[in-house]
Amino acid sequence: MVASPPLSVRGARIAFGDRVVATDLALEFPAGRTTCLLGRSGVGKTSLLRWLAGLLPGTERAEPLAYMAQRDLLLPWLDILGNVLLGYRLRGDAAALRAAEPRARALLTEVGLGDRLGDRPDALSAGMRQRAALARTLCEDRSVVLMDEPFGHLDAVTRLELQDLAARLLAGRTVVLVTHDPLEALRLGHQVRVLAGTPFTVELPIEPSGPVPRDASDPELLALQGRLIAQLRSAA
Amino acid sequence: MRPLITAIGLLLAWEALAWATGVPVYILPPPSRVAVVLVERFDLLIEQAAWTAAEMILGLVLGLILGAALAVVFAASAGWRRWALPLVIISQAIPVIAIAPLLVLWLGYGMASKVAMAALVIFFPVVSTLYDGLRRTDPGWLDLAQTMDAPPRAVLLQIRLPAALPAFASGARIAAAVAPIGAVIGEWVGASAGLGFLMTQSLARGQTPLAFAALVLLCLLGLALYHATDWAARRLVPWQSPQGE
Repeated sequence: MVASPPLSVRGARIAFGDRVVATDLALEFPAGRTTCLLGRSGVGKTSLLRWLAGLLPGTERAEPLAYMAQRDLLLPWLDILGNVLLGYRLRGDAAALRAAEPRARALLTEVGLGDRLGDRPDALSAGMRQRAALARTLCEDRSVVLMDEPFGHLDAVTRLELQDLAARLLAGRTVVLVTHDPLEALRLGHQVRVLAGTPFTVELPIEPSGPVPRDASDPELLALQGRLIAQLRSAA
Repeated sequence: MRPLITAIGLLLAWEALAWATGVPVYILPPPSRVAVVLVERFDLLIEQAAWTAAEMILGLVLGLILGAALAVVFAASAGWRRWALPLVIISQAIPVIAIAPLLVLWLGYGMASKVAMAALVIFFPVVSTLYDGLRRTDPGWLDLAQTMDAPPRAVLLQIRLPAALPAFASGARIAAAVAPIGAVIGEWVGASAGLGFLMTQSLARGQTPLAFAALVLLCLLGLALYHATDWAARRLVPWQSPQGE
């Protein structure tokens, strides 16, 4: 993989319809690092991510990237391997599709689905489906990855497992991960940034010490979690 | 089991009514009489049923293909949609029975006019259900495809079309249920063969039991066509079966 680029936002105005989510926004996402955007529901985190992905009307994204949503978005008529290779199938480049297949298989083995390649998504549990979606995101092999509450609807233990897996597999990429869970942000983020207000502003980065994924029972992390919750509360 | 008991009960009641009132056979034949005719004239009935079945199946296939093709064109091109969609809706405002004589005039007394008729009746449910399905693709899938730089053609063929197949399957079921109407109306208006033709002929000659026997076969044909289509529709969308019946 080529060195991941940083991602910068300068003087951006994010709006759709009459709703202005952010004005004159300046943000820097450091290269090869995971930045977690934390905020309460409705603050505009998802809009920011969709803006970065070029999914809002009239926007263009800065560079090729991979996008992972809260729902797994697996296509029910394709098997798991077919879903992981979806990007290559859609782009219709047969040579690239053939070249990507061994990597898709390897990624599925890494996420623990090596023996489920031929299964349809509806045969898998929610956690397995989200792992397949993670494999699909990584199979795109983009240096920039955007994730929108990717583990939001999973049970606590499955969520911790997937966070560990994601942290390991996303290492070296420029990742922007949106979440409303302070602990998730602190476990996965090299940087955590809190979004608050309408239109929102972004607070100064918080950089917990140590490599990711961090231990959820670390006292420093728990102290930071308390501070973040207080910060999110006062912002309301 | 229950529908069978209900059917036998109704048949018995009908039989009893026919005997008790002594109504002439050419007005209301008892089921026993219809059964005898079914056996005696089996060769004739089967021959006519095969003719009508061919009309229904060809009409169904033609209507499904044309309807699906037009729905895909509508989904792919807003220009086509704006020009042709009003025409499709207007065509449905004309009762099909009113154009039946015209179709017979243009296409003749043979099979072609009945196939056209059946295709015409089922065309609309197919276009509208499939087009509706193509418009209602999960926006999450479309977003994902956009971030993957998918060309619009690939999105249509690989995401929107398979996603719309359950809608198409319901359209096909409706089509199978109404295809017999088209074929039989065509046979009533002008034909030289088929169960509908046999019914009009035998009623005109006072052979009411034969008309009833033809009706029984028509009913069986309709049921067979519907269940065959339902079976095929399920095969088309296997990923939907758990939520299905």
